Amino acid sequence: MSEFRLPSLGADMDDATLREWFVKPGDTVKNGDIVAAVETNKGIIDIEIFEGGTIEQIMVQPDEKVPVGAVLALYRTEHESEVKRLTPEPATHPFNKERASQPERTPEPESTSAEAPLRKRISPAARKRARELGIDPDTLSGTGPDGAVTLDDVLAGAGPAAPVTKPATQPELSRAGMRQVIAAAMARSKREIPHYYLSTTIDMTPALDWLEARNTQRPLPERMVYAALLLKAVAMAVKKIPEMNGYFADGQVQLDTDVHIGVAISLRTGGLVVPALHNVTKKSLDQLMPDFFDLVDRARSGHLRASELQDGTITVTSLGEQGVETVFPIIYPPQIAIVGFGSLVDRVIPVAGKPAVRRVINASLAADHRVSDGHRGGLFLAEINRLLQEPESL
Amino acid sequence: MNMTYREAMRAAMREALQQDERVFLMGEDVGRYGGCYAVSKGLLDEFGEERIRDTPLSESAFVGAGIGAALGGMRPIVEVMTVNFSLLCLDQIVNTAATLRHMSGGQFSVPVVLRMTTGAGRQLAAQHSHSLECWYAHVPGLRVIAPATLEDMRGMLRVALEDPDPVIIFEHNALYNREGELPDDVSVTEIRRAAVRRTGNHISLICYGGNLVKALEAADELAKSGIEAEVIDLRSLRPLDDATILTSVRKTRRAIMIDEGWHSGSLAAEIGMRISEQAFYDLDAPLARVCTAEVPIPYPSHLEQAALPQVATIVSKAREVLGQHV
Amino acid sequence: MTPNMSADEIKALVLEKLLQVAPDIEPAQLDTATPIRDQYDFDSMDFLHFAIALGQQCQLEIPEHDYRELQSVDGAVDYLVKHSNGNAAAK
Repeated sequence: MSEFRLPSLGADMDDATLREWFVKPGDTVKNGDIVAAVETNKGIIDIEIFEGGTIEQIMVQPDEKVPVGAVLALYRTEHESEVKRLTPEPATHPFNKERASQPERTPEPESTSAEAPLRKRISPAARKRARELGIDPDTLSGTGPDGAVTLDDVLAGAGPAAPVTKPATQPELSRAGMRQVIAAAMARSKREIPHYYLSTTIDMTPALDWLEARNTQRPLPERMVYAALLLKAVAMAVKKIPEMNGYFADGQVQLDTDVHIGVAISLRTGGLVVPALHNVTKKSLDQLMPDFFDLVDRARSGHLRASELQDGTITVTSLGEQGVETVFPIIYPPQIAIVGFGSLVDRVIPVAGKPAVRRVINASLAADHRVSDGHRGGLFLAEINRLLQEPESL
Repeated sequence: MNMTYREAMRAAMREALQQDERVFLMGEDVGRYGGCYAVSKGLLDEFGEERIRDTPLSESAFVGAGIGAALGGMRPIVEVMTVNFSLLCLDQIVNTAATLRHMSGGQFSVPVVLRMTTGAGRQLAAQHSHSLECWYAHVPGLRVIAPATLEDMRGMLRVALEDPDPVIIFEHNALYNREGELPDDVSVTEIRRAAVRRTGNHISLICYGGNLVKALEAADELAKSGIEAEVIDLRSLRPLDDATILTSVRKTRRAIMIDEGWHSGSLAAEIGMRISEQAFYDLDAPLARVCTAEVPIPYPSHLEQAALPQVATIVSKAREVLGQHV
Repeated sequence: MTPNMSADEIKALVLEKLLQVAPDIEPAQLDTATPIRDQYDFDSMDFLHFAIALGQQCQLEIPEHDYRELQSVDGAVDYLVKHSNGNAAAK
């Protein structure tokens, strides 16, 4: 038995509705006979059969809508005996290749066919690169096997002008999606990282006095917030205690010589991102402040770069502005330390043997005990403190 | 020096026999007859019956004796005529040679070297033509290697003899008569790492033993239409050198495994799975393989050739993977 | 901003700049007499943006020690009324 299938009558044709049969079971047909009329989005088209024989069975009734390749009728060829069955080979049937090269269409729920439209073929390498470049691979035409979109197709689609490191815009995370990302990272951190915690109080008066004097001489857009001093102090302290800066992954420590500080930034819509401020030690305060300003702006407007979301080597979180005094931070894996700052508060502390009202801040450290010990962590906080007492050195 | 693969293996055995008195060769017809494939021809005259030993036709007995000799401090080379016959001594190899180090808590070593021919193509029919290397490559405790070049045929034996654990060398029978130029200084070659026999950027052809010749020919053919194939010679079937395979596939993003074993449960299947596990996101096309048809190897020449991986099938599979319809 | 802007006009301007910085603020619910950061997430960066916007709009150089006067909407309006008039008079 042979199968008479709905042919593809154009590259954009996915299906058709059978309108009329011109033959019935028992009829004899020859090569080239018109056997049925089908309606496509281009109108009603007569379809021919390309092999002679006898119609055995009608499989699709008028007004039924079927996809390209569906069996419309069974017939016996002139040379076929009753018992011989031809097994069709769908893989070599022309309609398959044609369909595979077509963009995916939304499958029609009412379709009763077993042949659901194929998912567009995109190679794993192509899919991965497309995501990195922010390209929708479904819009590309494929040159790979069975019309699959390959890596080269993606690179061609990106255009010659697109640099390989074209920054991907921050993926649009829904609130729930972001919650999931945070949940996964924090659960992993608490599960895998043996945290130790240290904290100390830092007299910020010298730093704030220095900052105010500096800002007085500058127009508003060039003024600095004290948080920038904190970031710079943390980065410079890393130079002295390097085991706070880097990664712990696959059982191995990988310390970094560059300091990219992940800055915890809460978003107005809820949630949190921790983009990296690159090469903090290499930037003067004058360079750092605009970069910091820019980073926060872009974080809140959803225009972070992929590198910023991945490159952090240590994190700083400052919850001070919400009025908490001390933060007990959780390390952002696979990093190995995080520094938290509370709010600036007025406290009476001894200065040169006499009580004095000073502006102080609480600095806390959570560090990975697999990588460093409390003694080194203590030295790290002490170094941050020392640097903030000499703000002009930052 | 110009020589055949057969002569290269003979030279390797002669050198081992000369340099280490613990080394001896035994197997069916290795002495007076000079070996079923004439690999050991002349060695009996040179080294005498003590060291070139003809055995009864009992694989289980003489492989077992070889394992015992290895346990006793000797360095036996045991020739099993073909891998098809090795099924008679599977118990000795899998249950004894491969396990004794483990079961003795590291006290006993079995430094035996088993040489077996493998492969089809010489009209030896279904009981002499199968490629069962992957069965041995499945077993922890064994090292399984397959020379594909003249240098490896000459150099692998000595490294195998130095291994404290059992090593199986698979020699494809179609290689023995091939001739080539062997540099004078080759006496040891690497057996742990796969070798890149030809470099290319478009597709990796991964093969071993007798199929290297076909893969290289296929690469030549593909080059005519601008396809640069990289040809990887596995050399070691157990352990597999994942690093070399993955480095190549990450570069070319496409791979075809060529294996004279049957598709089902083949080494090709294992390698494909490893690529999928470790390099999925680097792939640009479905993995593919060219293996032997799932039939006992036929006797008639045209059917035998039809069942085996061929240059033409490798070429057409490569074009298919690259999306070039021919 | 012109010297003869009314207090209401200045207030509208302040609210406009505030919403540019913090679009989630609901002006109808905002208590203009209370510091903004007591009602909304409004950190030092946001404040800096806000101060820069006001300073540019009114061509004012707002010194750092005056920041506290800009903490609430009403405070900001008062501050601008006081200083911009002086500014305008100086011209």
